[in-house]
Amino acid sequence: MSSKFVVGIDLGTTHSALAMAELSATDPHVTVLEIEQLVGAGAVAKRALLPSFLYFAHESEPALALPWDAERRFCVGELARSRGAEAPQRVIASAKSWLSYGGIDRRAGNLPLGAPDDIEKISPVETSFRFLDHLNEAFRAARPADGDLSEQEVVLTVPASFDAGARDLTVEAALAAGFEQVTLLEEPQAALYAWIERNGDAWRSHLHAGDRVLVVDIGGGTTDFSLIDAVEQEGSLGLSRVAVGDHILLGGDNMDLALAHVVGQELAEQGKELDRFQLGALAHACRSAKEKLLSDASLQEVAVVLPSRGSQLLGGSIRGELRRDQVERYLLEGFFPAVAATDLPKVRARAGLTQVGLPYASDAAITKHLAAFLARHAFAEPATGAADSRPPTAILFNGGVLKAEILRTRVIDTLNGWLEQRGSAKARVLPGEDLDLAVARGAAYYGLVRHGRGLRIRGGTARAYYVGIESPMPALPGLEPPVFALCVAPFGMEEGTQAALPPQELFVVVGEPVTFRFFGSSTRRSDPAGSVLERWRPGELEELPKIELVLPPAGRAAGDVVAVHLQASVTAIGTLKLEAIAQTPLVADERWQIELSVRHGSSSDA
Amino acid sequence: MTVTSLPLLSRIWLSWLTTFRILFDGRFAAQVLALRAGQVSDDSSAPPALPITPADSARAHSRPPAADAALQLLALLQREGRFLDFVQQDVAAFPDAEIGAAARVVHEGCRRAIRAHARVVSVRTEAEGAPLTLERASEDVKLVGNVAGSAPFRGVLRHRGWRVEELKLPTMVGEHDLTLVAPAELELS
Repeated sequence: MSSKFVVGIDLGTTHSALAMAELSATDPHVTVLEIEQLVGAGAVAKRALLPSFLYFAHESEPALALPWDAERRFCVGELARSRGAEAPQRVIASAKSWLSYGGIDRRAGNLPLGAPDDIEKISPVETSFRFLDHLNEAFRAARPADGDLSEQEVVLTVPASFDAGARDLTVEAALAAGFEQVTLLEEPQAALYAWIERNGDAWRSHLHAGDRVLVVDIGGGTTDFSLIDAVEQEGSLGLSRVAVGDHILLGGDNMDLALAHVVGQELAEQGKELDRFQLGALAHACRSAKEKLLSDASLQEVAVVLPSRGSQLLGGSIRGELRRDQVERYLLEGFFPAVAATDLPKVRARAGLTQVGLPYASDAAITKHLAAFLARHAFAEPATGAADSRPPTAILFNGGVLKAEILRTRVIDTLNGWLEQRGSAKARVLPGEDLDLAVARGAAYYGLVRHGRGLRIRGGTARAYYVGIESPMPALPGLEPPVFALCVAPFGMEEGTQAALPPQELFVVVGEPVTFRFFGSSTRRSDPAGSVLERWRPGELEELPKIELVLPPAGRAAGDVVAVHLQASVTAIGTLKLEAIAQTPLVADERWQIELSVRHGSSSDA
Repeated sequence: MTVTSLPLLSRIWLSWLTTFRILFDGRFAAQVLALRAGQVSDDSSAPPALPITPADSARAHSRPPAADAALQLLALLQREGRFLDFVQQDVAAFPDAEIGAAARVVHEGCRRAIRAHARVVSVRTEAEGAPLTLERASEDVKLVGNVAGSAPFRGVLRHRGWRVEELKLPTMVGEHDLTLVAPAELELS
């Protein structure tokens, strides 16, 4: 089946967007599809962004009808977000963060957390599926002649920091939505593709072989870093993604909440107590006050007014203000402090017993997270083994937070300070625009690139993957047996390739689920499949959710022990596949797929 | 504006009608001239260039206001900017500072609502207070002050005027009572 369009979908933590390009056009250009959604009770309108919120109607409410479904009892988009502020237990927010969090079973119905009994809770995977399904319905409604998204080639973006399991689950949601031709793309790469698309052929005069681009992507809920090199490739310029950062749950929403807290504190000191609704309204008011202060240097303060909740607007409203010095102190110095390159984020020890909740970053200083990323991939001494460690020469910004010039300036000044100290040249800024829609646009452009219409960023997998093997030793009370890490997938595997078969055997009991500890490393770039690490430096290996293998008893007796080898491959979609291959197969090519995203054990947080 | 072809009888009727109107209505004649020269834009926001129903020439065109759209707009302004709360309240007893604080809420919200659903532009782009010469009378510009004489009209631009170039109100889906521009709220604890 040949598709008419390539469709890029940015499935974001706080917003989603869809862009598309016609494949048969001689000079295809990328357009953004406005997404029809409920914006008020019974009111449907088209918006460029679909807020990533899902609301479940209560029995007291009429159906949340859409033009294509009169009976629907849930909604996604703008109304879901605003209803969520009024009835928070009935709404799912940040589903994408849950999708990448191994602390819960991501296929089990557990969202919204703390929902009342009348709601049938759904899983993070199903929530993502419902967002994609809505995009599909909106596409069908807007372009009735073009079928639906299952007939198009879909490029779905994921954070570069998503591990193999979270990528798998994203694809699972896409397949459930019927997208048969789906490919994954890392968001920072999508941002660079959008920049290339916008600049046309002129981009080659902005970037030269030897350039290293640092992509800083700060969205509503997450912060993502990548390094992409411009390299000489058979006489012409090519791009290669060389490093990605850790998954950092820190974004614009945290900033608005921090400012709301500051203003709320001041109001409390004046004896004005706020209820939950007013606190929500305060975060909202602080966001727009912040945007005004950041965009107009002549303003010293902006009034923040919380309207009374009743129909009498005057008399009951609470008036506070957000001052420039507060924005500078809490936003600039709190989230973007000018720190030294050696100033790494504080790591807070996890409490032994924590409530179920997302693992938000414990240090809010984004510049420190950037310092940690660069310390690993750009400023490391060559002797430490991090191959090809050199500083960035250019920077590309993405994400709504970085619309504020003062924040971009702080990031670039801090970075250039570090570069100067090391005697490196300053990095220049690649001019971007429309930081909200760039990822979706870039994803659609990548769809064209896959058809040979543009330059492809090479990169492969951003991590090497390891299976934990307990070393055989006598049991000692109170001591955990040491764990070796067996590399099964080397760094930088390209789509459609297979890793070498490691010689080591693992033993699996037939008919019983066997779980393995699973690790990823974004810094160990030269371990081939089959190499075994007996020790590693702190932070070098990151423990991921456990993986699981169940050998069906077909042909074997339950309880038998079978020796297997583990082999990794990267699918055409861009997901990692791990298979166990029997050492003495009963039938030709006997292999079993290993489940990558099972529930994270509570004791395994390294 | 969709252009459809008229049957022969209507065309005969129309040509008889327009002959006299071209003779006695200079503005109408100018519009017909523009139509012949192909200058009429396809823009649906432009006023219709030719009245094609005979009744129009006899009496002023009148139509009932579109209540649904007006109710929707009121609901929008209330939801985003507490518009009805503000105008329904008696503000006489409150100090200016408090009215000012409320005005910020109303201003910011209503502005957001208007910007999201309409494209509003100035009718004239010249500076207010500057002298302006109008070559011919037009609905775009209302003459005030010593209104007499004939074109060209010389005066001072007092107000630039506003035109809604595009209005995109949400589509209504399902059974909803549009007169309920803001339901009452009951908080459960």
